[in-house]
Amino acid sequence: MKGFILSFRSEFYKSRKTLGFWASIMLPLLICVLLFVGFYSKSEKLVSYPPMVLWLQFAGAILAVMGSLVLPMYIIFIAYSVNSIEHRADTWKTLFTLPIQRWCVYAAKYFYAVFLVFTCLALFVLFTIGFGNLLSVVKPELRFDDFHMEKELAEIYFKLFLSSLGILSIQFLLSLLWADFLKPMGIGFVCTIAGVILASKGWEYAYLFPYSHPMQAIKTMMHRGDSDHAKQLQIDIFTKDVFVSMAVGVVVFVAGYFIVQRRSVK
Amino acid sequence: MVINTQGLSFTFGKQQVVKSLELQVPEGSIYGFLGPNGAGKTTTIKLLLNLLKPDAGDIFVFGQDIKSQRISILSQIGSLIEQPAIYQHLTGKENLLNRALLLGVPAQRVDDMLALVHLSSAADKKAGQYSLGMKQRLGIALAMLADPKLLILDEPTNGLDPNGIIEIRELLKKLVAEHGKTVFISSHLLSEIERMATHVGIINGGAMLFQGSIADLQAISKPLVRIETENTVDAANLLTRHNYQLAQVTDHDLFVPYISKQQMGEINALLNKNGLAVYSIGKQQKDLEKLFLDITQNA
Repeated sequence: MKGFILSFRSEFYKSRKTLGFWASIMLPLLICVLLFVGFYSKSEKLVSYPPMVLWLQFAGAILAVMGSLVLPMYIIFIAYSVNSIEHRADTWKTLFTLPIQRWCVYAAKYFYAVFLVFTCLALFVLFTIGFGNLLSVVKPELRFDDFHMEKELAEIYFKLFLSSLGILSIQFLLSLLWADFLKPMGIGFVCTIAGVILASKGWEYAYLFPYSHPMQAIKTMMHRGDSDHAKQLQIDIFTKDVFVSMAVGVVVFVAGYFIVQRRSVK
Repeated sequence: MVINTQGLSFTFGKQQVVKSLELQVPEGSIYGFLGPNGAGKTTTIKLLLNLLKPDAGDIFVFGQDIKSQRISILSQIGSLIEQPAIYQHLTGKENLLNRALLLGVPAQRVDDMLALVHLSSAADKKAGQYSLGMKQRLGIALAMLADPKLLILDEPTNGLDPNGIIEIRELLKKLVAEHGKTVFISSHLLSEIERMATHVGIINGGAMLFQGSIADLQAISKPLVRIETENTVDAANLLTRHNYQLAQVTDHDLFVPYISKQQMGEINALLNKNGLAVYSIGKQQKDLEKLFLDITQNA
């Protein structure tokens, strides 16, 4: 366990000056700022909306961008980023000659990627709430302060986080096995497009395909069966696509370890 | 023995790269692991560090089996394999701090290591901007960071200028003499190994051709008597007439196989008696460089 913690801290130390790390902070900031500017400049059209609808519009716009394309692409990039540090510096051999268990090195890297994704999504929650409330300060006619959906937002992004674990594991393994960017990127991109199409066309087995999961997660988050408006805001976190995503995540993570262990270090 | 392998073999695809290798590296030695490029040196080193799994054979380091005691063994080894593995986006110091973090070494030691390899002034420069020699020195600092008992260095003087090579050589000698370390160093240059190694292993085509102390290596090279006279041709003819076998004749010297000191005196007297002035006469070891070539080419 000590080896895992040391390796995890080292991952942070190594990556804190890389684009991969900063992307996790800049991406939510950028998207939320853009939406903030959009709402600020078009505030006169939004004045008539009740607070809940305002929030749904604001958070929904961010979620729509995230769920479809940005989240999968961001995950592909993060998985590449944490592995390419070692590929570029040719440091795999040094990592595996340290007096640290191999699984610690592997798991620390994987969980660091998970941590980055989690941080990014947590910042989305934070920035969405922050910029929403800021809107009500700078444009008091937008009544963002009259409605609260912090809990629901946190639940939605947590669901998104869980639904991204399948893709993350697969992309992590691809990026670990291939040093170049194009192979994992190309495969990830094609699968993401396919995933978006499958999920948006409502294919009944889309929940089995990891690259459909973020979009599936957005589609399945609203609690069904209630026409009552207030109850519609209940979030279903553990839907079957989320379970599949977590299962794929765990299976690929474990399988990846055995693949890495059997592969000779060049 | 610090390193002891038995029947170590490894195959890449269909090609056997390491053939039943029996390495014997004594404690407190500088073991020069010599061989031409592609002889299997790096593969052997990777096997010793458990980066590759042998097809057959056993590896014992500090008397422990690498299969069952991997962590304990690796915690006592510092290594540098091929090009130094350095994060280019971090400074030299950050590279060492990162490794210190992983190894649980106090940060103070980082500055000591930087001073040791003369990188203190470049400590805050991005490692990507380092020259090849500086990277190599940083690699050596990384290998020595945890104060390991055994250093395994794969061609550590690659890319270093003559001053750098001398510095590394003196450093390694000092580590062995004053700190009781053991150094396992690979090279394709005999001249480099000859100047510092106490023991030598010569490998070619994955098989060990020679293993022993430097003195053992010199012993198998037959010594010669080198004679410098005023007239090499006349001297050569005279010696042949007196049943001396000539090993080699050059423009300035001639060489006769060495038998004894008395024999050298006789040759000297014979030449002088026949009016040939002898400028110098002495016993000379056969050039190790030639011996190395003989050993690796005849295999």
